[in-house]
Amino acid sequence: MSSNGVSTSGGNVIEARGLRKAYKEVVALDGLDLSVPEGTVLGLLGPNGAGKTTAVSILTTLLTPDAGTATVAGADVVREPHEVRKRIGLAGQNAAVDETLTGFENLDMIGRLYRLGKDRSRARARELLARFSLEDAADRPAKTYSGGMRRRLDLAGAMVADVPVLFLDEPTTGLDPASRIELWTVIEDMVDQGTTLLLTTQYLDEADQLADDIMVIDGGRAIAQGTPDELKEMVGGERIEVTVADAAVAESARSVLAPLASGEIRPDGRPETLLVPITGGAPVLTQALRNLDAAGIEIRDVMLRRPTLDDAFLTLTGHLAVVEDQPGAGRGEGEG
Amino acid sequence: MNGLRAAIGDGLVIARRNVIKIVRVPEVLVFVLISPIMFVLLFAYVFGSAIEIPGGSYREFLIAGIFAQTVIFGATFTGAGLAEDMQKGIIQRFKSLPMSRAAVIVGRTASDVIYNVLSLAIMALTGLLVGWRIRGSFLDAVIGFAILLLFAYAFSWIMALVGLLVPSPEVVNNASFIVIFPLTFIANTFVPSDTLPGPLKTFAEWNPVSAITQASRELFGNIPPGTPEPTAWPLQNPVVYTIIWSFLIIAVFAPLAVAQYRRVTQR
Repeated sequence: MSSNGVSTSGGNVIEARGLRKAYKEVVALDGLDLSVPEGTVLGLLGPNGAGKTTAVSILTTLLTPDAGTATVAGADVVREPHEVRKRIGLAGQNAAVDETLTGFENLDMIGRLYRLGKDRSRARARELLARFSLEDAADRPAKTYSGGMRRRLDLAGAMVADVPVLFLDEPTTGLDPASRIELWTVIEDMVDQGTTLLLTTQYLDEADQLADDIMVIDGGRAIAQGTPDELKEMVGGERIEVTVADAAVAESARSVLAPLASGEIRPDGRPETLLVPITGGAPVLTQALRNLDAAGIEIRDVMLRRPTLDDAFLTLTGHLAVVEDQPGAGRGEGEG
Repeated sequence: MNGLRAAIGDGLVIARRNVIKIVRVPEVLVFVLISPIMFVLLFAYVFGSAIEIPGGSYREFLIAGIFAQTVIFGATFTGAGLAEDMQKGIIQRFKSLPMSRAAVIVGRTASDVIYNVLSLAIMALTGLLVGWRIRGSFLDAVIGFAILLLFAYAFSWIMALVGLLVPSPEVVNNASFIVIFPLTFIANTFVPSDTLPGPLKTFAEWNPVSAITQASRELFGNIPPGTPEPTAWPLQNPVVYTIIWSFLIIAVFAPLAVAQYRRVTQR
């Protein structure tokens, strides 16, 4: 069967209904539905223990669900696991590479296990090493690789057979910022070539950057789904945050800004800071500053804020998407 | 591609990987090969003068027993190697690949034949140095080594199952000692079995380790002239008995090991 000629149900390459999985008393997945149309990227976003890895493990045949059904590229994950495995590539949280083998030997072995044959396996290994900027390290044992290089090798391993569906489970967890961005570029390239991708992440900016559609999961259930923009809208649109020099003039500032606001103006924490919901972006900010200046109101600070996925996540799950076990793992964007 | 062909094809890919690892970390090999030398020398010089074999030399009697014991101990290497594999990240990759679920074990047992070939070669050389000689025909000697390798290969499937059942490679060694020591000592490996007391004698006579030892002794021409014919059937037909055991072990333990691999890799 050609890699792109797989039969799919209703244009969805990945389709899951009512997936459930419990480990002893802990319910990891509690009735998860999801569908990923061909050629799109679904980001599964959630904190540690939300059920992301369990979902990926079921969809990649590594785990049998207690209940529910799922098909991947037209094959049932429980009844036809071998067919599913032929059509998917997986890169997990821990780089699944053989440390003693070189980068080339790792990819060559995977190619042979996908039954590409000797010649195609070797050619494909060289091709992927070049594409993932690992040519210079190709003949060094993988244990000499940096964390970022290992992840790239692992990702290359997932792509050896040119499969139509890829699963990436937290592909950048634990990487430094430069390696993350490098990996994003590689992932974007493969999506551009038509690969259907399911990506899990606990980094909101990563989902924002890579996914067409985001499903927020927590406690083994989907709690929201939409495009990155739709999710941001759930927490409200853009707003001006203005801090006046003296709390005494906050009231007059409020009446000056009222005509520009698209909703109710609220104080934010301190009485001298106002949150003004607006639509229209920078021109409205300029107008607001002119009006405040004309009214003789002195301001100490002003900014235009767009809601981030962090805001959305906080609103939806009620707890912060902080990764406790990764102190200073290069997430410099947690705005104050 | 049917199941068996897939298992062999993919198993060879895994065996190739294991061989690359042996070449890259040869230190492991060194220790595996030093112990047989040590065994030959210890037994030859410590027991060699204390134990008398009617009509022959103990050293000559001994070597076949050491061959048998060493290839059986060599099987623990399979268990430890597999237990170690299961802890490695690459297994995550193997799980998601459309490869035979038997491949990792088939590959491991196949590549471990190399260890047994090397340790037999080293033991044979050490044996020649301390006075052991092949007194039979060349063809018989080849069959002798082949049957040792066959039995070792079969035994490595038992250890493969053990390796998949235990939580870490270290446990394999401890667990296997409990089985391998009695099995290799309550036999004709180091002393003639007819000197053993009642029930132990019967056990020794039907112990496949005795048969493989007896087979090697006969094929290498190390049975002193005038030795009385063994009375037990297994020792009268040691080659056939060893072959039956080898196939029986594979037939029972290969499916068990593969089933256990599936259980461990898919929960």
